[in-house]
Amino acid sequence: MPYIPHTPDDVRAMLDAIGADSIEDLFDEIPAHLKAAGKLDALPEGLSEMEVTRLMNDRAAQDAGAVSFIGAGAYQHHIPAAVWEIATRGEFYTAYTPYQAEASQGTLQVIYEFQTLMTRLTAMDVSNASVYDGASGLAEAVLMSLRANRKSKSRKVLVPNALNPRYTAATNAIVENQNVALQRVDFDVASGQTPLDALQGFEGQDYAALVISQPNYFGSLEEVDALTDWAHASGMLVIAVVNPTSLALLTPPGEWGTQGADIVVGEGQPLGVPLSSGGPYFGFMCCKQKHVRQMPGRIIGRTVDLEGKQGFTLTLQAREQHIRRSKATSNICTNQGLAMTAATIYTSLLGPDGLASVAGHCHANTQALADKLTAIDGVERAFSAPTFHEVVLTLPKPANQVLAALAEKDVLGGVSLANDYGMVSPKLENAILVNATEVHSDADLDLFAAALKEVLA
Amino acid sequence: MSETQLIFQLSQPGRSAVSQAPKPVADDKLSAIPAHLRRKQKPGLPEVSELQVVRHYTNLSSKNFAIDKQFYPLGSCTMKYNPRGANRAAMLPGFLNRHPLAPESHSQGFLSCMFELQNFLKEVTGMKGVSLAPMAGAQGEFAGVAMIRAYHEARGDDARTEILIPEAAHGTNPATAVMCGYKVREVPVGKDGDVDLEALKQACGPQTAGLMMTNPSTCGVFERQIEAIAKTVHEAGGLLYYDGANLNAILGKVRPGDMGFDVIHMNLHKTFATPHGGGGPGAGPVGVSERLLPYLPTPMAGQRDDGSYHWVDTDTLTTSIGHMSAFMGNAGVLLRAYFYARSLGREGMIRVGEYSTLAANYLLKRLEAVGCTAAYPERRASHEFILTFAKEAKEWGVTAMDIAKRLLDYNQHAPTTYFPLLVPECFLIEPTETETKEALDAFVDAMAAILDEARNQPETVKEAPFTQPVRRLDDVKAARELDLTWSE
Repeated sequence: MPYIPHTPDDVRAMLDAIGADSIEDLFDEIPAHLKAAGKLDALPEGLSEMEVTRLMNDRAAQDAGAVSFIGAGAYQHHIPAAVWEIATRGEFYTAYTPYQAEASQGTLQVIYEFQTLMTRLTAMDVSNASVYDGASGLAEAVLMSLRANRKSKSRKVLVPNALNPRYTAATNAIVENQNVALQRVDFDVASGQTPLDALQGFEGQDYAALVISQPNYFGSLEEVDALTDWAHASGMLVIAVVNPTSLALLTPPGEWGTQGADIVVGEGQPLGVPLSSGGPYFGFMCCKQKHVRQMPGRIIGRTVDLEGKQGFTLTLQAREQHIRRSKATSNICTNQGLAMTAATIYTSLLGPDGLASVAGHCHANTQALADKLTAIDGVERAFSAPTFHEVVLTLPKPANQVLAALAEKDVLGGVSLANDYGMVSPKLENAILVNATEVHSDADLDLFAAALKEVLA
Repeated sequence: MSETQLIFQLSQPGRSAVSQAPKPVADDKLSAIPAHLRRKQKPGLPEVSELQVVRHYTNLSSKNFAIDKQFYPLGSCTMKYNPRGANRAAMLPGFLNRHPLAPESHSQGFLSCMFELQNFLKEVTGMKGVSLAPMAGAQGEFAGVAMIRAYHEARGDDARTEILIPEAAHGTNPATAVMCGYKVREVPVGKDGDVDLEALKQACGPQTAGLMMTNPSTCGVFERQIEAIAKTVHEAGGLLYYDGANLNAILGKVRPGDMGFDVIHMNLHKTFATPHGGGGPGAGPVGVSERLLPYLPTPMAGQRDDGSYHWVDTDTLTTSIGHMSAFMGNAGVLLRAYFYARSLGREGMIRVGEYSTLAANYLLKRLEAVGCTAAYPERRASHEFILTFAKEAKEWGVTAMDIAKRLLDYNQHAPTTYFPLLVPECFLIEPTETETKEALDAFVDAMAAILDEARNQPETVKEAPFTQPVRRLDDVKAARELDLTWSE
């Protein structure tokens, strides 16, 4: 019996101790006509480890082999071998939420170190132990801003149209049931940035927060200082959505404008977590000290034991669902422990210089890729703003059609903007968002350029 | 065990694990980034060698209890063995490197696994449709209640403002109802652990959007009046939500769909043996009855007539409650669950419910025999059961928390303590189907020894643990003098 250790003798002894004749007797409180016997015929027979492995090897192989330039919120990076070798040690892999702190000091210290790392990357005061992913993290940040901005009576938040549309969609799906409205802010179709002009119509109105994405979905860098100061002058909090790799090079949100962002969230995947079809990733979430009691999710504190020795424990639990039930800050129960552990190991291995080097190569490779692709007739940069490691290119043919043709050549040439932004500007009907990182060699970039040239010819 | 320094304390300026990162980039390659957007000071990340990192986190890992090391009978958490083969399969390069937005032409292998997993879960729960999108049990709950809301709204039935929840429920249930914009009304539970049906009838009405419940309940017993409960809620126009936290108890034995539930979530990190990872990631797929099919969260995997697979998303399922994440949820966890489902097959799934129930009933009887008090002695245990130490607390001053801490000294992870809230000084114990009889017997021996200590030398129990990396921690100090990040 896979994973079940009992011998027939064990089963007999156990039933004897219970005083039951058969295992079926143990289900005698369940009405007989409800039982599932005979209703599970569509389930397959069990397979041995070798057989399932063979089957899944075949499936995985079907999806391998292409060179990808897709980013749009999830990025390919080199992951040092040590990261997952250690993160999947049974002691991390098969532990649970550290309810028994004395027997969970490993996990607890890792989270405390993670919290410290994230506050240092973002230049914020405090961090939680992570949430599900960047998009749902933004939903939590939006709900948190309503609690934290006590001057605001509205249940409205300003969200740039240049934010990753998948973040907007997930956030909306999560907050709309609580009568929270996301008001869209236009971007400038020439620069690909969110200009102050676009905010002027909201001046003097009551919004709890302004969301600022740096870089934004188009890879464009926003004028974050001006946007932050405008929001604070208008009585709004600032929710920053940032890429953690970029923070090795870019001004951290804690230093935006004169006061810095109030809440910071982002997708943690670039820090040592594989693409893996979209998850498991983790969302990071940081804030100013004064808002810590409004933050959702697990938070770890350093304390002492009864002999005065340093130790780590879950703290501020009065915010959480298992204590506060219907009055909790969120229904979130867990963090993304394993992915967060991997990120802690990754960030420690790279250090400040290593992460800056990764970020630098991402930027430089994307610049080089854009140069190669825009050398092709009819391919142009869509926007004028500086970019980090993604760029929008307009093509002389419909984007969806070009991407399909590239895929036939095993080049995954980015994401089409047609569906999400075609309505905003006709030029975006033919636009793709492309990304290169440190994993792309010059040969990869040339391969993409050659393939695109053929497809457009 | 000695105090482990923080990774930051190992840092030396100028040290690095050089081979881990690409060579530095010349500054002129960064000239396109305007100076005023550049970081002025590099972040205070640790500067350490590769060996230092590996040794540090390996040493930290050794300070954890884990299923791979200890019996871990945490009630309602289903800490069963996590097959290593599932991890290896999910970490195959073709799966790991697949971008979530890769075109369907380069996603057939992954989509086929997801499509089959949806079908397995549908079959084993008796539901009509399954979405794998929610990333954890709590998010599955959210999706489920959001679908209930969408259903009522689509019918123009906007008087339904209340979700009913038995008082023994997990804290996520009321927190979820509030996140979906509902008020919560609690329903009392009787002395035998079953819901108070008369009180439920009183509570149901035109304001009832639905009832959230777990079955077997958090009292560790099967709710015998489930059909009457379903009838009561349905007659009032409400829908029935199944919290799948305890699905392990009945997997393959009874199906939530057959019990009358309209929507369920499953915790794959419990029932389908994916790892708990020190707190996550989990996966919380949702299953629905016919009338909630239009509202399932996206994306889902679909199959065309020619056998190829495709995504089902909000462009075609326009009534969906939408996306719960940027992409499609915790795909890597779903692959591990797929491995587990394939390796168990039909017979294996039925055995899960059977042997987890056998283990729990055996452990309960043995613990009662050494002097432990069952909270519901007249009832069969499900896959878990509750002990109460109210008597020990009163007579000897030894609480459930003290006994839990002392168990750590016996190399046993403590059960869930003080939950459900309605049983005083309680343990919720869930042994799972993957523990040997010897492991269960060793736990009984430890409990017997601790009860003996509690009687004869209570201070030993009250001051435990003695063998862990730290003694009992000062939680009050942790909350009052917040120290959430390290500073040099």
